[in-house]
Amino acid sequence: MRAPTFWLVASLVGAAFFGLSLLVPNQYYFQAGYVVLQYIVLATAWNILGGYTGYVNFGVAAFFALGAYSSVALYKLAPLPIPVLVLIGGAVSGVVGLGMGYLTLRLRGAFFSIATLAMAVVMQTLITNWDYVGGSRGAYILRPAQVPILGNYIVYLFLVMLILSVIAIGVARSIERSRLGFGFASIRDDEQAAEAAGVPTLRLKLVATTLSGALMGMAGAPLPYYVTYLDPSSGFSLSYAVNSIAMPLIGGMTNWIGPLVGALFLGTIQQLATVTISSALNLLIVGLLLVGFVVVAPNGIVGLVERLIAAARNRR
Amino acid sequence: MEVSLDLLLGAIVAGILLGGFYAAVSVGISISFGMLDIVNIAHPAFIILGAYAAYIVNSSFGLDPILTAILMLPVFYLLGAGVYQVYYAVFERRGDEALRGLAFFFGLLFIIEVSLVLVFGVDYRFVEAPYIGPTLRYGAVDLPLRMLVPFAVSMVLVILLQLFLSRTFTGRAIMAVSQDRLALQLMSANPAKIKRVAFGISIATASLAGAFLIIIQPVEPSVGRDYIGRVFAITVLGGLGSFPGMVTAAILLGIVESITATFYGPSWSPAVAFGVLLLTLAFRPSGIMGR
Amino acid sequence: MAALLEVTDLGKHFGGFTALEAINFSVAAGERVGLIGPNGSGKSTLVNCLCGTLRNESGSVRFDGRAVDGLAAHQRTRLGMARSFQLPKPFASMTLADNIRIPLLYTVNARHGRHLSPAELDERCAELLQLVGLAGKARQRPRELTQVEMRKLELARAMAAEPKLLIADEAMAGLSHSEIDDILALLSTLNERGITVILIEHIMRAVMSFSERLVVLVAGRKIADGLPQEVTRNPEVVKAYIGE
Repeated sequence: MRAPTFWLVASLVGAAFFGLSLLVPNQYYFQAGYVVLQYIVLATAWNILGGYTGYVNFGVAAFFALGAYSSVALYKLAPLPIPVLVLIGGAVSGVVGLGMGYLTLRLRGAFFSIATLAMAVVMQTLITNWDYVGGSRGAYILRPAQVPILGNYIVYLFLVMLILSVIAIGVARSIERSRLGFGFASIRDDEQAAEAAGVPTLRLKLVATTLSGALMGMAGAPLPYYVTYLDPSSGFSLSYAVNSIAMPLIGGMTNWIGPLVGALFLGTIQQLATVTISSALNLLIVGLLLVGFVVVAPNGIVGLVERLIAAARNRR
Repeated sequence: MEVSLDLLLGAIVAGILLGGFYAAVSVGISISFGMLDIVNIAHPAFIILGAYAAYIVNSSFGLDPILTAILMLPVFYLLGAGVYQVYYAVFERRGDEALRGLAFFFGLLFIIEVSLVLVFGVDYRFVEAPYIGPTLRYGAVDLPLRMLVPFAVSMVLVILLQLFLSRTFTGRAIMAVSQDRLALQLMSANPAKIKRVAFGISIATASLAGAFLIIIQPVEPSVGRDYIGRVFAITVLGGLGSFPGMVTAAILLGIVESITATFYGPSWSPAVAFGVLLLTLAFRPSGIMGR
Repeated sequence: MAALLEVTDLGKHFGGFTALEAINFSVAAGERVGLIGPNGSGKSTLVNCLCGTLRNESGSVRFDGRAVDGLAAHQRTRLGMARSFQLPKPFASMTLADNIRIPLLYTVNARHGRHLSPAELDERCAELLQLVGLAGKARQRPRELTQVEMRKLELARAMAAEPKLLIADEAMAGLSHSEIDDILALLSTLNERGITVILIEHIMRAVMSFSERLVVLVAGRKIADGLPQEVTRNPEVVKAYIGE
């Protein structure tokens, strides 16, 4: 599929999905759908760095919460429309991703991972001590109940997140087929050989951290309007990190389909499960699935399906 | 001025004691990450497991937490050896440890934490021991026994481990594996077996570190996360795999944190360790003692 | 003839250990130079300093008329300095054709004024695989290759960057007699096409038959530099090799 065709198809699928969901009368589905879509963006963003270049980012919560908190800060300053907040949140997290990468990417991969984990705590401490955005007490956001045309505000947020996930998947897919994608893959396979083949590895890794960070920030920007009350411990919740890592690993990391499949699968069972079981048990399931898949099926669901197809072909 | 000098002196002494405890928390990572190159980010979760083990035995039988931890050493050793066996078979042998191995430990961290939440809830738990209340006072300096005892036992632990590594055959083999795998094979030792022993020891130290932790402060399952940054900051700052460097870094961090908490408030102290870690990684990745 | 590569007073330390000390040598365009020395004599360190993987603390490297000190490895590759690795480092997740595509995309297409179209890229990948005798395996992955094929892939990938200088770091270790001849023939073909070759090698038969000149490193110092026959009669070289 050529790139313009892909964008067209993706937009149509998105639009059809949105049209169908409008037929659903219950607001709950939009609320649950928003969370699943948000995870599609996060998982896809994580995979651009983690899956394509092989650098594990444990600080997803930090990038995500930075996007959310830039919206809170701006809300206190002057109310802006959500799409503008998304752009600003993306810019803030993108710049932090760039800085983070610049500080640590010259070192071994494990140091980068540890540093991202560290950064999440630094950011959380900074936000907890920043009274302007509510400090540890948290911040309330008053959102309008209705928006023109769409009516319900949740439907509006759902639409924003839907567009974001189409964009995220589109970006991931176009990277995969491009010179940039080949460069990323060479870094993942062997960094020294990549350099020797003329690949500017540091610059490419910085592109990946910036892009990945920016997408996470964009996913976080509408969050305060979705939850209407945000405090540091929920914004920086470890569950964002564990989900964003588990989803690509469970779905498959080598292409854009993996994170999408993983996010739909894990996101949906979690949304179903929160109704019936406790949130702690819910997270335990994610943890067990993560470990189970890395041990048993290293290439995720996509890898399993590919193996099945290959086996079926061989039998014929 | 006198008052703040006293405060400073008190903060430094408290920091040294805290640093001794941090050394016990970091010694396991110093072995696994520093010597074996295994990025066990789940180590703090094993420490919390140690804390809960001490809590269970202490609350039901009234046994001293440190004594409990010593009795639990073999259990934690076996746990560590088992975890390494899985890690080796699934990741290391396939050369897949970089990405999926990290994710494995991250998942493990999560499973341990959430399981503890499911069993014990999120209430703070604590232990009872005769040394938890009293404090020795010398002028303006306070020496709370609940800090002093972990400090002392921790120093003994690090010294014993250092002796083990430098004086015994197995210990030297562990040191060799951290330098050069080939040399080890020439000594006709099996690297995977040596690493299993070393990783077992590294997890065993979590039993003691956990007991210290619950003596020093009440514990709930997510407390472990605060230590991820600390242990890695200390290990990296100390120059991967060097015990003297690690202890120096631990005490340094303890002092900086304690001063920060005294003068700026305790809510800032988590950021100190991470700030130190980021600065070390950015400017001196070989550590304070590194060349 | 003007020197293509000129190394002046190059030094490298690891902590207190001196890996290379005051190395001087030059390589003329089109030359075939063998770099030999016992294990641990600093050959690989020297290659890494030349290619920019390691930074030398002292001295300088000039390549093709300009100082390359301070340039990153990928920049040196773009200037025309290519290498193969002692232990083959293929891009394991990619097909052989894509292994070749990386340097084409990142060196040839990164140089000024040239841009290969997708069709030209495919064609070049095929040509290069043909050159090293891997034409039928373009869609296979590196793990399906034998040792000698892996070395050939390594050389093809280095060649894709259209280098002026090829540094072949022990491209023949562990190969059989006839496989070594294969690789030697390949290197000679490349040299006839005008590519300067530095061959780092342990296998004396190969070095002697290929090199026009030998440079000998022992314990981080250059102890000999000259015609192969003369160098091998040099008492210091003999001592270093027999003493090994």
